[in-house]
Amino acid sequence: MMPELGKYAGVVLSSWGLSIGLIAALLALTLWRGRKIKRALAEAEARAAEARR
Amino acid sequence: MSLWEYANPKKFMQTSGAVLPWVAGLAAICLGTGLIWGFFFTPDDYRQGSTVRIIYLHVPAAMMAINAWAMMLVASLIWLIRRHHVSALAARAAAPVGLTFTLIALATGALWGAPMWGTWWEWDPRLTSFLILALFYLGYIALWQAVENPDTAADLTSILCMVGSVFAVLSRYAVNFWNQGLHQGASLSLDQRENISNVFWLPLVISIAGFVALFVTLVLLRTRTEIRARRLSALIARERLA
Repeated sequence: MMPELGKYAGVVLSSWGLSIGLIAALLALTLWRGRKIKRALAEAEARAAEARR
Repeated sequence: MSLWEYANPKKFMQTSGAVLPWVAGLAAICLGTGLIWGFFFTPDDYRQGSTVRIIYLHVPAAMMAINAWAMMLVASLIWLIRRHHVSALAARAAAPVGLTFTLIALATGALWGAPMWGTWWEWDPRLTSFLILALFYLGYIALWQAVENPDTAADLTSILCMVGSVFAVLSRYAVNFWNQGLHQGASLSLDQRENISNVFWLPLVISIAGFVALFVTLVLLRTRTEIRARRLSALIARERLA
């Protein structure tokens, strides 16, 4: 299944590992911050609704 | 219906919420197909050997690094001319995505260059303009963080974006402007003699489509978060006044 990368295996695998790692980190950070802000906003809106009553 | 309706944060949240799963799905399908096909099912190049597999990451990342800046430029101009907050927030949201693609292009280029050119780095026009583009991305992100007033931050970063556009254009056309340096011309061309071999072409095009869809997905997600963060700041400020 794994292609024969020969003497360039290190270079090819480093490129792929680094790229996929950076994209995964960006995606994880985006989702984590998105959830954190969404939760904080829901709490702030609940407080604002409570204060209006 | 006018395009400017989407400048309304509520309308943007509704529309982007409906579109997001489809674009994310498209990104997953295209990236999965293009990258798996490119890595596992394409042959070695007769000159570059197995390093040709780096093309499926390097070329799409480099294209999107430049196109992300172009998108930021359009959004910044919309902010400066029409003062639509969503456009300023979309530009802000796109910057870390563009920076990540620029870093991938630089890193994979260096790793590819080492065995093929005999050096990791050369002060070649395209490489140098790409490095400056990366520095502009960093400066743009830092400026957003440094200025407290969001409208002032949007104004200043929009101007920085216009200045940086010179280097985004240079990154794309440096090879044509200066016929020198190590970096070769475009990998994809309408000219059959310049275009890459058909066996690499289709997985590369699918990978590029995947990177475009991934960019749209990430920018939509991050813009939605920026809109929520802006509303959260307003609510917190109101609480403090009460």
